[in-house]
Amino acid sequence: MKFEERYLNLFVLVGLLLLPIWAQAMDEPFTITLATRAVILALAAVGLNLALGIGGMVSFGHAVFFGIGGYAMGILAYHAQTYTTLSLGLFETGGTNSMPVIWLVAMLLSGAVAFVIGLLSLRTSGVYFIMITLAFGQMFYYFAISWAQYGGEDGLSIYVRNGFPGLNTLVPIEFFGICFVLLCVTLVLFARLQSSPFGLALNAARQSKSRVAAVGLNPTRVKLLAFVLSGAVTGLAGALFADLNRFVSPTMFSWQLSGELIVLIIIGGVGRLMGPVIGACVFVALEHFLGEITDFWHVSLGIILLCIVLFGRGGLIGLITGKEGAHV
Amino acid sequence: MSSILIFEQILNGLQFGVMLFLMAAGLTLIFGVMGLINLAHGSLYMVGAFAAAAVAGATGSFFAGLVAALAAAALAGAIIEIGIIRRLYDAPHLDQVLATFALILIFSEGTRWVFGSFPLFLNIPQGLSGPVSLPGGIEYPLYRLFLILMGIAIAGGLWLLIERTRIGIQIRAGENDREMIAALGVDISKLYTLVFALGAALAGLAGALVGAIQSVQVGMGEPVLILAFVVIVIGGIGSIRGAFIGALLVGLTDTLGGVFLPELFKLFMDSGAAQKSGSAIASMGIYILMGLVLIWRPTGLFGARA
Repeated sequence: MKFEERYLNLFVLVGLLLLPIWAQAMDEPFTITLATRAVILALAAVGLNLALGIGGMVSFGHAVFFGIGGYAMGILAYHAQTYTTLSLGLFETGGTNSMPVIWLVAMLLSGAVAFVIGLLSLRTSGVYFIMITLAFGQMFYYFAISWAQYGGEDGLSIYVRNGFPGLNTLVPIEFFGICFVLLCVTLVLFARLQSSPFGLALNAARQSKSRVAAVGLNPTRVKLLAFVLSGAVTGLAGALFADLNRFVSPTMFSWQLSGELIVLIIIGGVGRLMGPVIGACVFVALEHFLGEITDFWHVSLGIILLCIVLFGRGGLIGLITGKEGAHV
Repeated sequence: MSSILIFEQILNGLQFGVMLFLMAAGLTLIFGVMGLINLAHGSLYMVGAFAAAAVAGATGSFFAGLVAALAAAALAGAIIEIGIIRRLYDAPHLDQVLATFALILIFSEGTRWVFGSFPLFLNIPQGLSGPVSLPGGIEYPLYRLFLILMGIAIAGGLWLLIERTRIGIQIRAGENDREMIAALGVDISKLYTLVFALGAALAGLAGALVGAIQSVQVGMGEPVLILAFVVIVIGGIGSIRGAFIGALLVGLTDTLGGVFLPELFKLFMDSGAAQKSGSAIASMGIYILMGLVLIWRPTGLFGARA
C-alpha cells in the first residue's frame, strides 16, 4: 500500500489525538500519560529535526536544551513552592507557577545557550561537530550533578504541576491538550519555515555551503539561527517533560537522551515534517510494550535501529510512502 | 598546600591521562584510517574490563585477566567490524553514529543480561598493591605508578609500530589514500579489520587496567568514551601524537582542576561556597579547555588544516 505522505501525516496526528480521548472515555489515565510523553518527545525531536534534518547539523547534544528547559521549570517552580527568592546577581525575583512564563524562560535560556554552543561548534563540521556537541552535553550533565543548590545528582521534585490560566493541568487529558496544541503549532511553524526563504537557504546550506556563500548568504549565520531555534523548541519540550514528571534531574542532560532524540527522528524519517512524531509514537510504544515483556528491551531497540540504518532508508515514512529521501 | 600533594596530584593526572590515551589512540586511529566515528568504543572498554574481572576471578591471576581483556576486546572488535562496521565506511556520519549507538545498546544490555546489574570487582595483584616511596619522600600507590609506566610503554610501542614497521607504513598509507594502497596490492579489508581490532584491544586493555581501581559495571565505558572524544578533538582527529598530548592535557586539567580550583576560590569566597562553586567549575574544566582550543585551532592541535 502506497500512501501519500500528507494523508499519512494527517492520519498520525488524528490518531494521536483520538487515543487519549478514547482512553479518557475508558478511564485509563496511564494511556493518556503515555500519549503525553510521546507528544513531548515528538516536540523535542521536531526541534532537533530543524537542525539535523533540514540543516544537516548532527547534534549529539540536544539533551542540553531539553535539560535547560527542564531545569528552568524546576528552578522557577522550586522557588515558588518554597516561597524563596531567586537571586540573579543584580536583581532578585520570586519563582513562578505559571506555565507560559516558564515556557518563555525555558525557550529564551535554551536559545541563548544554543547560540553559544552553536557559535563554537559551527566553527567545525562533520565528525568534529558531532563530538563537540556530545562533549557540551556532558559538560552540562556534570555541572547539573555538582550543582548542590538544586538537588545535585538527586534532582528536584516539584509537588504540584504548574498552572495554565483557565485549565486544571493536573487532569491528564487537559495537560495532554496543552502539549498537543503546542506540538501542532510547532509543526505548522516548522512546515512554514521549511518553505520560507530562510528554510530554503538552510536546506541549501546543508547541501553546499560554498554555493550558498556564492549567492551572497552567510551559511554559518543561517545554520546558527536554525540551531538557536532548534534549541529553543527542544527547551520548551524539556519544560513540558519536567512538568509531566513533576521532577527534574541531571539525566535530562544525559548523552543517552541526545542519542534517543536522534533515534526518534531516524525511526520516523530524517527531515520529514512528521518523522519525529511517528518516531516518538513508535519509540514510546516499543518502550512500553517491549519493556513489559523483558527488562532488556534496549537490545531489541538496538537491533531495530541497526536494521533501519543498514537496510531501511527514509525511516518508517519512507517505507510506507515508498519514497526514500525526504529531500527530493 | 604542600609540594608533595601537588606532585601526587600531577602523578594522578598523568595516570588518568595515559589511560585516556589508550582509549583515544584507538578512536583516532580508526577515524584516521577508516573515516569512522565509533561510539561503541566505550563498549569495547567495558568488554575488556568484564573479561578481565571474570577471568581473574576464575583463575586468580591478574595477568591472565589482562590477556583475556586484550583477546576478548580484539575479538569483539573484529566480529563487529566484519559483521556490521564494514558496511558503514562509506555511509554518512549520521548512519555511523546511529549504528554504533545501536551497538552500545546491544553490548550494554547483553552484558547486563550475562553478568547481572551488580558491579564486579577486579583486585590489584599482590605484587603491585601498596604504596611505594618515591624520591622526595612521596608515598604513591604502586599500581598507579604501574599504570603510568604501562601507558607510556604502550604509547612508545604504538609509535614504533606505526613509524617503523611494514603494517605501520600500510596504516599511514591508508590514512592518506586508501584507493592507492588497494591498487598496490594491500588487502585493504584485512588491514581495516586489523586496525579496528588493534584499537579495540587498546580500549579493552584500558578497561581492564582501570577496572582494578574502579568498579567494573555496565555503562562504565561511555563517560570515558566521551572524554576520549574530547581528547581527540583537542589533539586533532587522526593524529596519534595529538591524542597523546590531548590525553595528558585532559587528564591533568581534570585532576588538578578538581583539587586547585576550590583552593583558588577560597582566596575570595567563604570556604563552603568556594568548595561548591570550585568543584562545579572544575567539572566543566576540560570542556572549557576544549572550547578554548577550538577557538584557537578549529581542527585541534595536530589536526590536518582544513
